[in-house]
Amino acid sequence: MRFSLDTEQREFGRTLARLLAASDAPAAARAWARGEYGPGRALCQRLGDAGVFALAVPEKHGGCGPLPVEIAVAFEELGHHAVPGPLVETVAAAILLGRLGGVGAAEEWLPRVSTGHALLSLAAPASDGYALDAETADAVVVAGETEVRLWRGACGAAGPEPADGNARACGVAGGQEPLDAVIGGGPGAGSSLDPVRRLSRPPRGGEPLAHGPAARAAVEEATLWAAFATAAQALGVGQALLDRSVEYARQRRQFGVAIGSFQAVKHRLADVLIGLEFARPLVYGAAVALAAAPERAAADVAAAKVAAGEAGYAAARAALQVHGAIGYTAEYDLSLWIGRARALRCAWGTPGECRRRVLTEPFHK
Amino acid sequence: MDLELSAAERGFRDEARAWLAGNVPRVPLAPLDSERGFARHRAWERKLYEAGWAVVSWPVEYGGRGCSMVEWLLFEEEYHAAGAPARVGQNGTQLLAPTLFAHGTEEQRARVLPAMARGETVWAQAWSEPEAGSDLAALRSVAVRTAGGWLLSGQKTWSSRAAFADHAFGLFRSHPGEARPHRGLTYLMFPLDAAGVTVRPIARLDGLPAFAEIFLDEVFVPDADVVGEPGRGWQVAMDTAASERGLLLRSPGRFTAAARRLWALWRESGDPALGERVADALIRARAYRLYGYAPAGGGGAAAGGGAAGAGGAAVGGGAAAASLTKVFWSELDLALHETALELLGPSQEDCGDWAAGHTFALAGPLYAGTNEIQRDIIAERLLGLPKGRRG
Repeated sequence: MRFSLDTEQREFGRTLARLLAASDAPAAARAWARGEYGPGRALCQRLGDAGVFALAVPEKHGGCGPLPVEIAVAFEELGHHAVPGPLVETVAAAILLGRLGGVGAAEEWLPRVSTGHALLSLAAPASDGYALDAETADAVVVAGETEVRLWRGACGAAGPEPADGNARACGVAGGQEPLDAVIGGGPGAGSSLDPVRRLSRPPRGGEPLAHGPAARAAVEEATLWAAFATAAQALGVGQALLDRSVEYARQRRQFGVAIGSFQAVKHRLADVLIGLEFARPLVYGAAVALAAAPERAAADVAAAKVAAGEAGYAAARAALQVHGAIGYTAEYDLSLWIGRARALRCAWGTPGECRRRVLTEPFHK
Repeated sequence: MDLELSAAERGFRDEARAWLAGNVPRVPLAPLDSERGFARHRAWERKLYEAGWAVVSWPVEYGGRGCSMVEWLLFEEEYHAAGAPARVGQNGTQLLAPTLFAHGTEEQRARVLPAMARGETVWAQAWSEPEAGSDLAALRSVAVRTAGGWLLSGQKTWSSRAAFADHAFGLFRSHPGEARPHRGLTYLMFPLDAAGVTVRPIARLDGLPAFAEIFLDEVFVPDADVVGEPGRGWQVAMDTAASERGLLLRSPGRFTAAARRLWALWRESGDPALGERVADALIRARAYRLYGYAPAGGGGAAAGGGAAGAGGAAVGGGAAAASLTKVFWSELDLALHETALELLGPSQEDCGDWAAGHTFALAGPLYAGTNEIQRDIIAERLLGLPKGRRG
């Protein structure tokens, strides 16, 4: 038994941390929220160069995956640095296409995903049919219970447009309004507390990729990977919130002393650390379970998802409380992580769904 | 990264499972904290010892098997899954013994440990005093230098198992007048039947004498029973405390087994409204188990924090990291038992195991340093928040 990262995996995490620290991801996220995808896409391209997306792509399509431990390492960092974009969805859609195998879509898209040239989104029953950032994804995989279809995106310079002229149908440009626009507000003022996340429901149609039991199995597995990557991302988001809160509590002075010297503040932040420290082994336990046999990993992934999602959200609540009113402003960068924590808690498996999973499916190791 | 057991580890686990299946008493022993129960539990320790299961992680020469951390965790999982009796000698085997391995002399280890392993000598911890609880360094009991040793005087309290135990280890002020209260303390071992010792049992919430006051009046202790350097007992004591707060005293296997029993209870009596809490118990027990499998008792957990940026603060946190564990298991223990009592409904008042377990769990957030003290340690030592006045 060796339940710890090896040297290479640690170095991979450090490399990503350095890359992201030098990339001003929060600025890219702000731009993304305004509908300016350039900086975010450029960042994703750098992540692709660093090998992040190749982790989800099988070797025969140019990747080295799926490698769940490395995916967890990467997504902790992506969450920690508030990187925008359909990152979880790109990984999960790549897993899905890889599992379907044999179809042209895998050959067409996976090599481009692997290098960071293409971002995918994914709508599935577990996302209530919503797709994240569909308007900027190069393709959107739409998974039903027993069928999988694919829309080519509006922004993507992806292959040829389908003959039926539906190429842009899932984006704003295609006349399909994103969900936040339906509820009210334009770019940057959507329904999500995280303005970076833009949800929409792709319409019916698109290119059929697969149906029947094979499609169902692939969708189930992709959903599992989505929940897993979301959990790792939530962990990183929570850690960033804790780091910033600790920093603030050391500097902010009231009653003549740093507020971090008050027990009420200390204990709240201590609880955040406990939540994160005990969620992390569940996330890596799920990685090990996925590596061994995805069909037996459901309970592990669910446990990781609920623990990391709740720990991340608790970190957001504590961060808001420790920062006070400044933390409640959109302008302050903390808001990027607070909003993300709320979104990730319920994305790809609500806490309730995950707990039900744990009650019905055993842990296998 | 994997969770695979080696062939040797599987063999060890299967051997433990088989022995426990054939030897765990079918009828639960009388309560540990009663005179009769204490004797029964002591006899059980002897039986464990003779079969080689009493102290599996100790070196062979002291009665152990030299097991690895993983093997110890596996043994604990099997032990608790089998519903085996509570360990009456735990304060010795899990707290004093690691301290002696780190700070004791070879003579002390050879003299103290085998008798401890056999259950012949049951140890109690004598730290708290009426005016020194969370503020342990405020302790007033003294060790006064005398020819060949020390004379102990003062009062210790809340000493678990002391009502029926044989020996105790504790912290005494030996060098008065030091500038800081945690200096000038000495860590000593003494027999509870020595001249000058009076033990007065204290009834726990349920009436059982689970702990005791210890009055000391010029009790002679030879130099051979000082652990570590005289006057430098605080650091020794903090190492003991790390054992008490970390994995050793309340192993993950204990909670894995309890969570599975809770799950079974829920499926039988099935109140859907409690499903969420049962799931949380399973998840948290799983988290603790995996945390234990990560090297160094999980500090920074599996990932070591994946990366520099998201690095687990507990990495390299040493003894302070044990505070994370202590808060986690003590709260998990309570949550588990509270859920069980709700599932049982009115019958919980008439039903042994879960109610007794709950009584025991109620003390978890208090002993080994209250959870408030643990959170202070986490905040100051792991997060780097400024020290402040407590209280």
